[in-house]
Parts: sequence; C-alpha cells; structure tokens
Amino acid sequence: MIRDILSFVTGSARLALKGGRIYHLWLVGLTALFVWGVTAWWQQVTGGLIVTNMRDQVSWAFYIGNFTFLVGVAAAAVMLVIPAYVYDWKPIKEIAIFGELLAISAIVMCMLFVLVDVGRPDRVWHLMPFFGSLNLPSSILGWDVLVLNLYLILNLAIVAHLLFTAYHDRPYSHRFVAPLLLLSIPAAVGIHTVTAFVYAGVAARPFWNSAILAPRFLASAFCSGPAILLILFQILRRTSSIEIKEEAIWKIAELMAYAMFLNLFLFGAEIFKEYYSNTSHLIHTQYLYSGVHGHDALVPYAWGSLACSVIAFLLFLFPATRRNLVTLNLGCLLIYTGVYIEKGIALVIPGMTPDTLGEFYEYVPTLSEVRVGAGIFAAGFLVFTLLCKIAIPILQKDSGPQPATLRS
Amino acid sequence: MSEFDHERPVDRRSLLIGTGLTAMAAISATVAGASNQFIERLLRERFSELGPERKQQILDDLEREYSERYGRSVEVADTPPMDGVEFGYGLDLSRCVGCRRCVYACVHENNQSRNPQIHWIRVLRMEKEQGIELAESNAYYEPAEVPEPDAFYLPVACQQCRNPPCVKVCPVKATWQDADGIVVIDSDWCIGCRCCMSACPYGARHFNWTDPGIPAAEINPNTHYLGNRPRPKGVVEKCTFCIHRTRKGRYPACVEICPVGARKFGNLLDESSEMRYLLREKRVFVLKEELNTRPRFYYFYAT
Amino acid sequence: MDHHETPNADESGNRKLLPGSSSLSLLLIVFLAFSLLTLFSIVKGGMGEVADDAGGTRAYSPADFPDVDFDRKLLPEVEAAATSDPEGTYRVPPPPFSNEDIFPCSECHADMEVNHERRVLEDMHDDIVLNHGPKERWCFDCHNPDDRDYLRLANGTLIGFDESYKLCGQCHGTIYRDWREGIHGRREGYWNGAKSYLLCANCHDPHSPHFKAIEPLPPPVRPQYLRVAAEEVHDE
Repeated sequence: MIRDILSFVTGSARLALKGGRIYHLWLVGLTALFVWGVTAWWQQVTGGLIVTNMRDQVSWAFYIGNFTFLVGVAAAAVMLVIPAYVYDWKPIKEIAIFGELLAISAIVMCMLFVLVDVGRPDRVWHLMPFFGSLNLPSSILGWDVLVLNLYLILNLAIVAHLLFTAYHDRPYSHRFVAPLLLLSIPAAVGIHTVTAFVYAGVAARPFWNSAILAPRFLASAFCSGPAILLILFQILRRTSSIEIKEEAIWKIAELMAYAMFLNLFLFGAEIFKEYYSNTSHLIHTQYLYSGVHGHDALVPYAWGSLACSVIAFLLFLFPATRRNLVTLNLGCLLIYTGVYIEKGIALVIPGMTPDTLGEFYEYVPTLSEVRVGAGIFAAGFLVFTLLCKIAIPILQKDSGPQPATLRS
Repeated sequence: MSEFDHERPVDRRSLLIGTGLTAMAAISATVAGASNQFIERLLRERFSELGPERKQQILDDLEREYSERYGRSVEVADTPPMDGVEFGYGLDLSRCVGCRRCVYACVHENNQSRNPQIHWIRVLRMEKEQGIELAESNAYYEPAEVPEPDAFYLPVACQQCRNPPCVKVCPVKATWQDADGIVVIDSDWCIGCRCCMSACPYGARHFNWTDPGIPAAEINPNTHYLGNRPRPKGVVEKCTFCIHRTRKGRYPACVEICPVGARKFGNLLDESSEMRYLLREKRVFVLKEELNTRPRFYYFYAT
Repeated sequence: MDHHETPNADESGNRKLLPGSSSLSLLLIVFLAFSLLTLFSIVKGGMGEVADDAGGTRAYSPADFPDVDFDRKLLPEVEAAATSDPEGTYRVPPPPFSNEDIFPCSECHADMEVNHERRVLEDMHDDIVLNHGPKERWCFDCHNPDDRDYLRLANGTLIGFDESYKLCGQCHGTIYRDWREGIHGRREGYWNGAKSYLLCANCHDPHSPHFKAIEPLPPPVRPQYLRVAAEEVHDE
C-alpha cells in the first residue's frame, strides 16, 4: 500500500513538472509572483500590519475581501457536482473533478488570506479545537475555520482517491466516493453560509446585519465560480485532449444565468429596503453608490460592478450570446469582475465606512497588500495548475483504449 | 505498478534520504536559532486555565521581561474581581467641556503606544442643535478654547457591555467578561483577527498595528495581566476601567483627572454608592440601546 | 472514439468555436491589463487629502503637556486610609486664600467701620468683579458684615469658610445635594474607601463662578497619518 502511495506521489510529481516551454514559463512566472508576495508578507510579519492601510476605523479590507470572494469560488465547485452526480448528467460528470480541483485551490487561497490578515500568525494554532481554544458554538468565525478545513479535507479525499485509483488502473470505490460527494453539496453551501454569517451576525455593522446576506452570498458564488471554470475548460480543450462537450459548457452558462438573476433580484431587494425605509443605516449604501460628504472613492467601482453583472446576465440569458464563445468568455470575465468587486471590496469597505462613531476613513490598499494578494493568487494558480497537470493525464487513461497524449 | 513508473525510474531511496535530511536540518536549525523562551511563549497554554503556581511563574517572567525592557521595576498583578462588585460608570453630558484631559490621562496610566498613537477614549463633538447624531460628530475638533458655545461633547470608550458582542465573536476565547463586569483581553492569547473590532458598536477596541512605542520614562509600572501591562504587536486592546486600580479600590484615572467632575464610577451592587444615587436621581441613557448590548456606561444630564 | 489533430470537433461538425484561439487569449490579456492598471492606479492614487486645519494630523502624547498633572497624587490622609475606610471618610483641601496673608479677614476689618452702602469697591478688593446672579447682589449677601471671618446664612447663622457649601446650597440646592452624594464635582481616591473632594470655592470662584473656557488638548491622529506620525517620531 505504501509503495503504491509512494509511486503515485512520485509519478504525480513527475507529471506535474513535465511540460513544454510555455508551461514551464507559466510555472516560473507564478513562482516569481509568489516569491514577490512572500517577501512583502515577511515585511508585514516583521513590521506589523501597519504596512497595510487598514486602521482601527477600517480593520478589515483587502485581505478579508479577497477571502470572502474566494470562499464563494470554492463553494461554487458544488455547482458542477450537483448535476453531475445527483442527476448523473454525463457531459458534466467527466469534468466535475475540475470543480473540486478549483475548490481545493480556492480554499488554499482562502486560508492564506486569513493567515496574512491576522496580527499574530504565530498564534493561529489557538484556533484548533482541543490544542487551542476554538470558541464553539459562540464564534461564527470559529465555525468558519472548522467547515473550511472540513471542506478542504473532503475535496482532497475525493480527488486523491479518484486520482490514486485511476493512476493504478483500478476502478474507484463508489462506496467511498459517492457519500463524500453527496456530503460535499451541503458542505459547499455550508462554507459560504457560515462565511456570510460571520458578517450577517455583526449587529454593529448595519450594512452587513441583514438576513438576506447569506442568500446573496450563495447566489453570487454560484455565478462567479463556474465563470473561472468555463474559461479553464476552453484552455484545457486547446492544450490537452480532454474532451469537454459544448452542451456541458452551455448548461453551466445557463445555470449561471439563473444564479445571476437571483443575485440581481436579491440585490434589488436590499436596495429597496435601504432607500425606502431611509433609516440612518442608509448612509453605508449611499457611501457605496453615491458618496457621502465628498467621500466617493468607491462609487465608480460599485456602479461598474453592477454594470458588469447586468451585462453578463444578459449575455448568459440569451442562447445566441451564450453559445457564441466570444460573448460567453466576455460574460465570464464580466461576471468575475462584477462579483469580485461586489463580494470583495464593495462588501467589506462600506460595512465599515462610516465607522461605528460616524467617521469616514477612505481605505485604499497599499502596494504591500497588493503584493501579498498577488502572491497568494499566484500560489492558488500554481496549485490549480499542478493539480490539473497531474489529473488530466491520469484521468485520460480512463477514456479510450489508446494511451493518452498531451499536446504541449 | 502504474504505466507512468517506467518512464524515468525514481531512485526512491535517495528521495527518502533527501527528505529526511532536509527535515532534520530544518528542525535543528529552528530549535537552535530560537531561544528557549520563544518556544515556550509560542506554545504556552491559555493563562486563565493554568494553576496558581504556573500563573505566578508567568507573572514573574513578565515582570522580569518588562523591567529589563524599560529599565524600571514593573509589577504585573493578577488581582481577581472583588466579591459583590459590579462596576458602573456615569458620564455627565451637561458638564463635559471636551478638554480631552481624560484621553491623555488614560494614555499616561495604561501604557498605550505613543507611536503609533493609540487612544482608548474618543471625545466626539456634537452640535447642540442636532443632538446626539454620531454620523455628524467630529472627533478631530481643535478650537482655541472649549467648550464652544454651539457644541457639546460626548466621550466614548469601552462600555463594558453586559451582553458584549466582542466576547461572542472571538474565535479563540481571548476576551471575556469577568465577574465584576470588566471585559478583559488576554494579550498573550489574542491572535489579532480583529473580529471583535468589527463586532464592537462603539469603536472601543484598538489594534497594535506595529510594535508599540512607549518611552521608558513614561511607563506606568503598576500593571495588571489583563489590563495595562505593555502589549505586544498584533493584538487588540481597550479600556479596562483601569483594572489595576479599580480592583484595589481606586478610581480610574479618567475619573480623577476630569476638571469638571463629569465622570462617575462605582459599584452598582452597593445601594449607597454614587452610581446607585445617580441611577435613582438622574435619568440615564446608553448609546445604541437598540443593539441590546446593555452597557455599564451610563450617560446622563445632571442639570 | 479516436483522436484527431483537433480533438474538439464533434459529430455535427460544429466548429463555430472561437475565431481562432486568439480571441480568448486576447480577452484574457485585455482583462489582465485593465485590472492591473486599475489596481495600480488605486494604489498610487493614495488616500484623500485632509485640510491642514482639520485637526488630527500630528500625534501627541501626555509627555507633551508637562503643565497638566496626570499623576494626581492623593492627599496623604486619603492614601493612608485607602480602602480600610469603607464608610468613606472625606478629606477636603483648605478653602482658597487660606494660606495667604489675606486671611483672617478680621486682622484688617476688626477695627474698620462697616459701610452698608451698595457700591463698587475702590480702595481695596477692587480686583474682585462681582458677576454672580442678579445685579442686586453684593458683598454682604454672603459675607458677614460684623465679623468678616465668617459667612452668613439667610437665617443669620454664621459659618466658617470651610463650610461655605452651606451658603452656596441655599440657592443651589439640587447641586448641593448632588455634590454631597458625589455626583457633582471631582473626587479622587477610593470608590470603596477614603476620598478627597473639593469645596465649591475650590473650583468655582464665588465672585464670578462661570467657568472660563480652557484650551483643549489636541485631537487624536487621523488614521491616514498614523504611519506618518509614527515615522516622524522615529526620525526625531
């Protein structure tokens, strides 16, 4: 058994590092970006978080914004799993594993964003149950730590098993995989709901303290995660001989359209409540969409995000634009941008601006924060690239009697 | 054997040996490089769960560390809450003139970082015509003289809520409410996630964005483990009702320095205390009462 | 299923994919470039400016104000009694002017004639501007004309200057009651023990009681300047 595992590990390592010039250039580029980020992070560790622009008034910003967006991406992997395994829809089943690989990469990025955000990274072990003092059931962030790790382990288990068995030309154990896959559906809903609850439970921040926040998170997650995958599949079709049917792509795009409709509807509901009830809480939404007292740094991004989301929704709604790959890809990029802003900076910053005592501190990320963020994204891309590079040839052995060939 | 294995046989033995050697080198370098104290500090258990001898040991270590660092004889106490005591605080809005002596007295007493600056008390200037309107308040007023004729002043610090949202959200139980009502922070346990800062409706919690900078001459050597002992970088801090003083019976520093006597403090469980008289004779209110935090900090108008 | 050079042609021959692979790459490159441009323009743009006179551009600390007594040493008897005095015995500093040559007043006034005429004083005590209450008020409403070492209550009772609060309390009854209970005026000491407090006259000049405005201590440093202010101090 150990021998099989070892050969799987070394074989995977070989697969991961083998490739053409462009592939190696890609890896080197990502590694360089990662190192650029790590050096910035080290400055932060030694000098303190003062190198960021976070202050008491806006104590969560760029890092937590990215974290929130990426949890949505990780949760969206389930979108491919549901039709694949629950409805046993063949075109998606073959590519559902990439959803899980994306989920793994996204969760890794989430954890890295949390690690760089805490003031004492040397004390993160306090978050462990038993060894540390994880505050359950009271702290929602505590629950978030738990479910994110569980989700990661779940996806790792499924992927490891599928790849390991395929590597050794064995059939995978349905008894092992099927329950885990079924579990991953509520788990994915769970991680994003719990993350939403971290915000929604904070009564001190009326912009977040809304029951509708968790549904909004889920709706936006379900449209942004698959967007990345759709682009990826097109790249895969060109660079490998993995077969991805058109119908699979169109189906995903169609589901994304419905998710975006829900997202826009819930957004509309929130806007109605804020503007019609016109309480003192409106000031946060006003800050975001029209600026207050001359503070209007976020206004172009808020409207830009809305425009991107609406245009993307229309592009995905109509079959003509959905099936045209140019407009499809444009739609994907627009959705990614729209939700990145909406669930990133346009969620965290207005929640804290004005602060609890009415002060307006307009936060803008520093170069240091951007470097760290870029480094983490590079790490995530690296993980995803390596995982795909390992998974594709292993999985291709299943389809067709000839040995698999890779294109690049 | 998978079909991948024949492509380039890996020398499994050398792989294992290489990994093992690297791991051992890394571990020994870490252990040698790091001092004993660093490792011990890193892996220390939560203070409140330790036994009395171990606690005393840690307090002695801290006293030694601070005394060395600041060249003064620093005392770190762990005074427990008194029985039958629940603290309350009163602030007379008809008297406060916005002079900010309380703000700086608090800094003088509680060893906050001077650079970068941390203030635990924030005085908000409000327009008389508008009343209490946080969105229109200004903490950065600097007129030539106070009080200004058209303004009044509202100082805000930790309200030591009976239903504290900060305690609820802390993922590692680094902050809790003690029996006498003071919400305390164990700055050796806090991981600096700033969840509590999001959750606090009064902006009462402050973060050490870098190593605190306090000149040795300005250190207050009379400290409490859960209160005003010098904090490290990357943790949260806040008003503790001068826990190092009040648990020994003394008034907090802000109460004693207020030149107009706008600040009141005492034991809410003692019927003859100033605080009970205040609650009986004056009409009090609390900030953001709709959030159900039930603060122990009462604002009132004596006239 | 066999492998073609272009494996993505399905049965219907629907190759209406991209007009070449360049379209996706182009989109991605444009997207990346646009995002990076936006990001760096945000970072370079920095935060909004604060007007110079808006306050909070510099960080101050208590050491910058040597004139303010932050240490507040207690009176020795209060410190000695501390919490061993649960009834809260009160200690009071002496009334104003007690240590100066002006008291006892009888040293000068014992031999003088009493002039009951309401007037503006010219020979002595002309530095006292009486600005307390209605314009009919004058010296002998409070001071005892026949023995200046005492004050006189409305019913004729004479009290010493160390009990002047009884006099103030005649008109300012509610404040007197609050002061007695500790709600009015500043106290130092032990909330569960000995305290020192102040006479009315220690804070309020009885001849012109309205508090003068004072210079406030500086505002906190704004978050935009936190790092700058810290670096400034480090450079000094």
